[in-house]
Amino acid sequence: MATELDNIELRPARRKFLKSAAALATTLIAPGIILYKTGHASNTSNKNPRWGLLIDTNALSESDVDACVSACQREHGWESDPNSRTDAQWIRKVKLTDPESGHQRFLPMMCMHCENPPCVDVCPTGASFKRDDGIVLVDKHTCIGCRYCMMACPYKARSFIHETLKDQLPVAPRGKGTVESCTLCVHRIDRDGSNAVPACAEAVNQGDRKAIWFGDLHDPQSEISQRLQALGAVKLRADMGLNPGVRYQGL
Amino acid sequence: MKMQSSMRYAEIKTSTPNYWGILVVLAVIALVGFAAAHHMDTEGHHITGMTNQVVWGLPHVFAIFLIVAASGALNLASIASVFGKQDYKPLARFSAVLSIALLVGGLAILLLDLGRPDRLIVAMTYYNFKSIFAWNIILYTGFIVIVLTYLWLMMERRMHRWSKPAGLVAFIWRLILTTGTGSIFGFLVAREAYDSALLAPMFIVMSFAFGLAIFIMLLMLSFKLDRRELDDSHLQRLRKLLGHFTAAVLYFVIVFHLTKLYGTQNHDFERFILLDGGVYTLMFWFFQIGLGNLLPLAMLYAPGLQRSNPALVIASLLVIVGAFAQLYIIIVGGQAYPLNIFPGYIVESRFFDGVISEYTPSLWEFLLGIGGVTSAVLIALLGIRVLPIMPEGLPAEVK
Repeated sequence: MATELDNIELRPARRKFLKSAAALATTLIAPGIILYKTGHASNTSNKNPRWGLLIDTNALSESDVDACVSACQREHGWESDPNSRTDAQWIRKVKLTDPESGHQRFLPMMCMHCENPPCVDVCPTGASFKRDDGIVLVDKHTCIGCRYCMMACPYKARSFIHETLKDQLPVAPRGKGTVESCTLCVHRIDRDGSNAVPACAEAVNQGDRKAIWFGDLHDPQSEISQRLQALGAVKLRADMGLNPGVRYQGL
Repeated sequence: MKMQSSMRYAEIKTSTPNYWGILVVLAVIALVGFAAAHHMDTEGHHITGMTNQVVWGLPHVFAIFLIVAASGALNLASIASVFGKQDYKPLARFSAVLSIALLVGGLAILLLDLGRPDRLIVAMTYYNFKSIFAWNIILYTGFIVIVLTYLWLMMERRMHRWSKPAGLVAFIWRLILTTGTGSIFGFLVAREAYDSALLAPMFIVMSFAFGLAIFIMLLMLSFKLDRRELDDSHLQRLRKLLGHFTAAVLYFVIVFHLTKLYGTQNHDFERFILLDGGVYTLMFWFFQIGLGNLLPLAMLYAPGLQRSNPALVIASLLVIVGAFAQLYIIIVGGQAYPLNIFPGYIVESRFFDGVISEYTPSLWEFLLGIGGVTSAVLIALLGIRVLPIMPEGLPAEVK
């Protein structure tokens, strides 16, 4: 609103009046604006990176996707009994079959690190949050375990910890009674920046062969952006307007 | 009008073994419920039937039932204060007490089911104002404060003239509160079972019926226990009201499903609830529609049963049975139906994508839920013992 006003030529008296009116309005609505701005930071500023993944499902075999899952488990120290309905799954193998042609493909699914994450919207305490670089995380200290984020997530990306855990890894603190999900290997990103490679990508990218690209979606020069521009990709449940940071090719 | 000015209220004074027996049973069940919650908290939720697919289960059915019924229980006070129907005035105090009791019981269940109930202080101090849950925390605590104030204004003769505006505030607050409760689900855009603005008004109408059903039963019980006079004319009014509210619930259910049935995209979901959803389909047609709507409607409107107190009690009970079925289908059924992440594909995974999720409630969840209900009833019964809430008698009206 302020920028619109600045662009219009105004007579001094009117300008003065508008200024004081604007000051008053600012005091009244500033808290709301700040809230709004915090919530929409990444919309307005491209200064921060936005980390994302591009997954080429054409290049992934079933065993590749299994390798993604095991790598994530090793990296973060979670296990999942295939028959358990309560064990956590930060990343999972999804098998898609086209009912007409019978064509099958496998893909890994994890937290989509949405630009407009519903889990963050619904979290009563703000424990679900999105970092300035687009990574969606859970603050284990303020999560009360209400599971509303799990109800709201369109991708079933989150797990609730149903029992006491032992032998946790320092990079991935977890706690009974709280919710957790893929962190995009935030510990690697905080250490290596744009050179980081999440564990799932590391597991399937070998030599020249690459199936998962990690990078900055805000940087048009990054490999992931270049590839997205050249080849395009699908956002899951794009109809919901969440703008996930994880994109799929070959769907 | 003459009756109103002379209306006297008194604490429940009975000390029969029956009365104390009821209180003791309620207290024991409540304690067992809290013990079950403690066990769930120590062991973790893996001992419950809740999973990563069905994340809210039976405790939430009980909790939402009580919270919805709580705002509905306040209705009789609103009818008197806001809409000026003097006939309902003698019931206004109990209406307020019951609404607080039910809300406290429901909130206790919600709190004790949290993964970290010890972090209540976090929930009270960290707010994400975009979260409907955070609004609800404010709406629920505000409701208790407002209704307590309203109750005091009604009971304190010198402050009496303020009870009408307080009643209006309480009425508006309760409408917002139930809108908030319905919107917990209505705002979940990702799930086909929810994502409807209709859920908010539907929850309001449900609250009218559920709250009144509990009110009727506890009113009759406490008058009987204390041997107070309760003339048929008072029950007649409540009988009619319950009939209207139950019919309104049925109307909303029909509109909700017709709307979903019209669009092809929701046919699979509707097929799941209405045709081949197993336990959910059975619950819908037999418990919710049959036992919970049609049978009580017939009993409440049947000319031959207009003077029958047992028929009124049974109809109220049936409305509550229907309420549980309805909330179970909304809460659990809505989660059991899989998310449609990949339209047009057959989806399989070890995380139960693309399949109907199983849910079998555990004993612990049931005990926690029923403990919350008995806590609420216990609070209401103790409230009318320590405070002059109930009219000394409700004789036939002098016209």
